Amino acid sequence: MAISFTVNGKQVSVEAEDDTPLLWALRDDLGMTGTKFGCGIAACGACSVHVDGAITRSCSVPLSEVAGKSVTTIEGIKGADGTFHRVQQAWIDAQVPQCGYCQSGQIMAAVALIDQVGSPSDAQIDEAMTNICRCGTYPRIRKAILAATGQAASNLQGAA
Amino acid sequence: MADNPNPDMDFAEVEAPAAKPKRKGVKRRIFLVGSALLVGGGVFGVWWTDSAAKAKAKALTVGEGEHGFLTWMKIAEDDTVTVFSPHIDFGQGSHTALGQMLADELDAAWDKVKIEQAPADLAFANVSLVKGFLPEMAGATIAGLLPDAVVGMISRSMPVQITGGSSAIRFTGEVGMRKTGAAVRAALIAEAADRLGVPASELTTADSVVTHAKSGKSLRYGELAAGAAERSLSSDPVLKTRDQWKLIGKPITRRDIPAKVDGSAVYGIDFTLPDMRVATIAAAPVRGGKLEAVDEAPALAIKGVEKVVKLDDAVIVVAKGYWPATKGLAALAPKFTDGGNGAMSTPAIYAAQDKLRKAGGEPDNQGGEGDVEAAFGAAGAKVVEAEYRVPFLHHAMMEPFALTGHYKDGTLTIWGGLQDPLSTRVRAAKAAGLDVDQVVFNPMIMGGGFGRRFPDVTEVIDQIALLAKQVPYPVKLVWSREEEVRHGTYRPQSSAGLKASLGADGKITGFRMDYAQSGNAEGEVPFIYAIPATSRRHFAYQSNQIDGPWRSVNATQIGFYTESFMDELAAAAGEDPYQFRRKHLPAGSRHLAALDMVAKRSDWGTPLPEGTGRGIAIVESFGTIVAEVVEASVKEDGSPKVLKAWAVVDCGTTVNPLNAEAQIMGGLIMGLSSAIGEQVTLDKGAVVQSNFGDYPILKLADAPPAMDVHFIESGAKTGGIGEPGLPPASPALANALSAATGKRIRNLPLLTQAKA
Repeated sequence: MAISFTVNGKQVSVEAEDDTPLLWALRDDLGMTGTKFGCGIAACGACSVHVDGAITRSCSVPLSEVAGKSVTTIEGIKGADGTFHRVQQAWIDAQVPQCGYCQSGQIMAAVALIDQVGSPSDAQIDEAMTNICRCGTYPRIRKAILAATGQAASNLQGAA
Repeated sequence: MADNPNPDMDFAEVEAPAAKPKRKGVKRRIFLVGSALLVGGGVFGVWWTDSAAKAKAKALTVGEGEHGFLTWMKIAEDDTVTVFSPHIDFGQGSHTALGQMLADELDAAWDKVKIEQAPADLAFANVSLVKGFLPEMAGATIAGLLPDAVVGMISRSMPVQITGGSSAIRFTGEVGMRKTGAAVRAALIAEAADRLGVPASELTTADSVVTHAKSGKSLRYGELAAGAAERSLSSDPVLKTRDQWKLIGKPITRRDIPAKVDGSAVYGIDFTLPDMRVATIAAAPVRGGKLEAVDEAPALAIKGVEKVVKLDDAVIVVAKGYWPATKGLAALAPKFTDGGNGAMSTPAIYAAQDKLRKAGGEPDNQGGEGDVEAAFGAAGAKVVEAEYRVPFLHHAMMEPFALTGHYKDGTLTIWGGLQDPLSTRVRAAKAAGLDVDQVVFNPMIMGGGFGRRFPDVTEVIDQIALLAKQVPYPVKLVWSREEEVRHGTYRPQSSAGLKASLGADGKITGFRMDYAQSGNAEGEVPFIYAIPATSRRHFAYQSNQIDGPWRSVNATQIGFYTESFMDELAAAAGEDPYQFRRKHLPAGSRHLAALDMVAKRSDWGTPLPEGTGRGIAIVESFGTIVAEVVEASVKEDGSPKVLKAWAVVDCGTTVNPLNAEAQIMGGLIMGLSSAIGEQVTLDKGAVVQSNFGDYPILKLADAPPAMDVHFIESGAKTGGIGEPGLPPASPALANALSAATGKRIRNLPLLTQAKA
């Protein structure tokens, strides 16, 4: 059956079984591969997107629950003129990514956190940033979130 | 201090194809190179000369208006310099650093330098890697006697494009990149001297321009490239001195990062072709088992499923997308045998290892010096003994295996991310029953690797080769996370007995480590302390699992054993762990300098709050010395809380400090993660864990919020950077927790201790 929703402001209709997770509709049906598959059980966050503004692990949300809703992916957070979102720019400035595979999800989680609380504290960052990064980029993720919200690098010592 | 001797593999073995090294138990990366030498000779059927390699490289990579130099670089007439890296960049940043090294010697304008992946072709086999690893395989003396031309021919006779062994900078960079840059610069100067009719000595270079200051004339590299490319290049060009570097040592930002923040980077799993199908797989739960029977009907009844493919030891479902393939696979109830491994379990492995070590098993490898038994038995000696155990560890690269294959008109083409493109072709050809020339491999960006993507231990290559041959369309085979966790090539489960004696002066008189695991670590992890009598004996034990290289390889467990036991000995001697280590490191050594620096930066010895402890550890691996201090406490639930971490690194020269810092932080965090929560256990021969729920990776909130990474620019021989940050982390944490609680930690992971 066809299920309709919007992705990054554009109306789309996906012909797929309604138990298909949003992740696979994005990747296999819509060809939007910026959102990554990591675990399939909502444990790692590599597939994080926003559904009606809320941070959502798309591997575990069936399409039937997305019908009529508004989805934002990593491909949709740049400015209309193509400039990087301030979180993306902070990620570049802090040289966060290593292999980069988890970073779409990390950035979507950070954007959702900042949209929600403005200038997150270290404790709020700890609580919200639960995505796994095997390369261990966490110190730079924290640094980039603080920088994106105009905060000094809190209790960080050294260059990290 | 041992200089990486490797007594069990001499050059005669390398040369003789018949003397294949012990296949199972031996998994060190230098052996990967070694076995490539053995099996690779003749695989491609050619022993290329340098000139033939260069001709092939040019044909593959040099277009109109471009001019190639060796197999490493080309210059376009618009001044663009393209550097070809034989290494894969899976996030370690080596592409940028390799480019820095070549461009610095070349005096190229950095904004006009591009770094590209070298094609998976024999012409691009990594000669410098072989040169670098040969001393580790054959001993420095033999390696040094081999002329460059012979090393080049050896390299091109075998499929060496390995990324591993923390080798990119220390071997490829130092040997290939810097020398090529310097030699090409000299050729450009010679060309300019002829064109301008002035002596070469009056010419200077900067920003891709050769300038004659006296006349004010200058020529761009792009203008000189055609002529320079016709000149013979010096094999021993003059390299810049440290004070002349403009790019090496600078915190240059990575070229690949913008595409990794907007979702546009295309990883192997993202690759797609018209008419492509997606497949997923379930292999025998017990490694060594075979597929007995499967009823295909339930999968074929799922909408979108097109085909079920049976392999010897696995079943694959092919569908229109990953989701229907997953549903199809879940609908199947395949029957697998256990290959006779049904009794294998974690406790059984430890018991077998203990028996080998303690009940008269023969060590298959040993090293050390002096008479430890005499030291243990000396009058007045205080003898300390302890037993340690560490589990199998999973790599947990974030991108699961995903390879696309298409078999068409007799050619098998594969796309995906693996650590050695050339070996991938060899393995795929063997699996598919094709000649290597019938296999094309297109390397892609990888979502992590950490040792999991070596073709030598990567059965997914066989799977895609066999699958692609059975279907008429392109097919992408994607492993589920469950398949990743349960069919890993793990860091070996290992156990050790340590024994040492202390003299009346509180110094160690004898030190022995007996350890049982699959591969031996002798020669790989240097013993750094100056002790009169030492012994390290390896007892080979192979389970049904495939043990693979896991970031920093044997240095993880050997580092944990040695550095934990050093703290036990310090306690027995009644000394501070830092001061105790100092007494056993030679005065003036790089090790002592690193240890002193990390103690200083971490305010070692200053008071800490009740319940908080500091731990120190120092490990040398891959030519780099890393000393770390971890400050930690214990949470209410008994689990560890890491508060701060310090690392002091001596890798000789830091080519890119920004990137090197990221590698050390990442290694340290991976080391903490493994120590705190990670373990793969076996029950009835099968892996118990299945996903991140029961194989927990450290998250941001549990990583140290404060990290301090410091580099000592000793100028010593350049060491690796991708792995050495990891090994000191687990003993430093265990030592910190012991300091905080008074309870010694001898088994990992810590979470199982907390719950026990």
